[in-house]
Amino acid sequence: MTAEKHSSSKERKKLQVALYWAASCGGCEIAMLDLDEHLLDVTAAADIVFWPVAVDTKYKDVEAWKDHSIDVCLFNGAIRTSENEHVAKLLRQKSKIMIAFGACAVSGGIPGLANLSNRQGVFETAYLDNPSTENPHKSVPTTQAKVNEGTLSLPEFYDTVKSLDQVVDVDYYLPGCPPPPWLISDAFQAILSGSLPPKGSVLAPLKSVCDECKYKLSEKKITSLKRIYELDHIEEKCFLEQNVLCLGPATRAGCRGRCMEANMPCTGCGGLLPNARDQGASMISALASILGIDDEEKMTPEQVNALIEQVRDVVGSFYKYTLPVSIIKRKVMK
Amino acid sequence: MTTKAAAEFEPRLIGFLCNWCSYAGADLAGTSRMKYPANLRSIRVMCSGRVDPVFILEALQKGIDGVLVAGCHPGDCHYQSGNYKTNRRIKLLQKLLEELGIDPRRVRFEYISASEGQKFAQVVTEFVRDIKELGPNPLIQKKE
Repeated sequence: MTAEKHSSSKERKKLQVALYWAASCGGCEIAMLDLDEHLLDVTAAADIVFWPVAVDTKYKDVEAWKDHSIDVCLFNGAIRTSENEHVAKLLRQKSKIMIAFGACAVSGGIPGLANLSNRQGVFETAYLDNPSTENPHKSVPTTQAKVNEGTLSLPEFYDTVKSLDQVVDVDYYLPGCPPPPWLISDAFQAILSGSLPPKGSVLAPLKSVCDECKYKLSEKKITSLKRIYELDHIEEKCFLEQNVLCLGPATRAGCRGRCMEANMPCTGCGGLLPNARDQGASMISALASILGIDDEEKMTPEQVNALIEQVRDVVGSFYKYTLPVSIIKRKVMK
Repeated sequence: MTTKAAAEFEPRLIGFLCNWCSYAGADLAGTSRMKYPANLRSIRVMCSGRVDPVFILEALQKGIDGVLVAGCHPGDCHYQSGNYKTNRRIKLLQKLLEELGIDPRRVRFEYISASEGQKFAQVVTEFVRDIKELGPNPLIQKKE
């Protein structure tokens, strides 16, 4: 599992695997460990040649490798700094197969919600205008800083967060926040047995989360919207029918309804459904079709407005993981 | 926007008109030789309920300055309830646009019946006036 083995191995070469984290939380790295005993199968068949969180390989080592010397690169995290972009391009050049791993790489993920603001806005909140932050010199990160010992440099922080495929060519997508272990296992099986689907495929089922959910939608109507804590008790039925916003109808399956098993509605980490162009638009369509469908012909315009006003934070609810790949992509800044 | 620039700006608008009421209403406006600005490109759809939010978002993303969706009056929908759903859908979409920094007035939903040629002409006239006030689509300005 070291870089030396990568360069010296003469016998039948194991699969050379690289993992990287860009703008992400680290949950995708944990997802690898969630493979449990299957991790042994993976390491038996594969050498991990680059994995900043676990293996001490430097960027310059990777730069020295021949092009396409990495068989598979599992890239998690969105692209928000020049370092993210540089490493994405480097790993693309060195890898035969590039897999966008997890919601952030696939569609921007939660870091993508920063597209509701820009660099200045993010810096103001993170470093200046924040009750728990003491920053008397009002310093924010800059790409160059002169200190007594010389000049320090930091990667540039971009105004707009991007998905991996907006920066480099991506071969496969493994969605989820993080991708569930069975999807990761299936992906490795497909790579090892040479049975990968056509380039550009999403390595997850073609169904929606509702198809895998243990609850079934029977009435297809909701009268109001509630937050989960407002329920007296959670019934054994579809969250939408309990008047709780659930993104199941607009989200790709693969998770086996894990959140609903834990009594939480879907927030949409599986990303877009096959052939859908915009996850939020799918959910707007779905929700508007069932919200207030009872007595809709008797409703006054004020009642309809009140119904719609119950939806708080449309972007945060409907584009929690997909804002950078949505049609509009980001907020228009004044 | 200055008054001069506003006077020169001719918005490009798209209208999704339902086959059974609003398209016929627009037709009536035409055959009755009513005058209204020529900024609206009409697209006939079978029902206003057919208008996917994706159509509207893509139109805006491609630089259309405003989108009109027109359907039958409440109770008149040829398919029973398409217009109710569209009404809610557009309201929700307008909330989304507001959060994304796009003026929700760029999307407008109206009930126009087959006999309301006059109303069609009036709605288009008003819409063009409103969009002229709002100025060009900010998504396009940003690209330049």
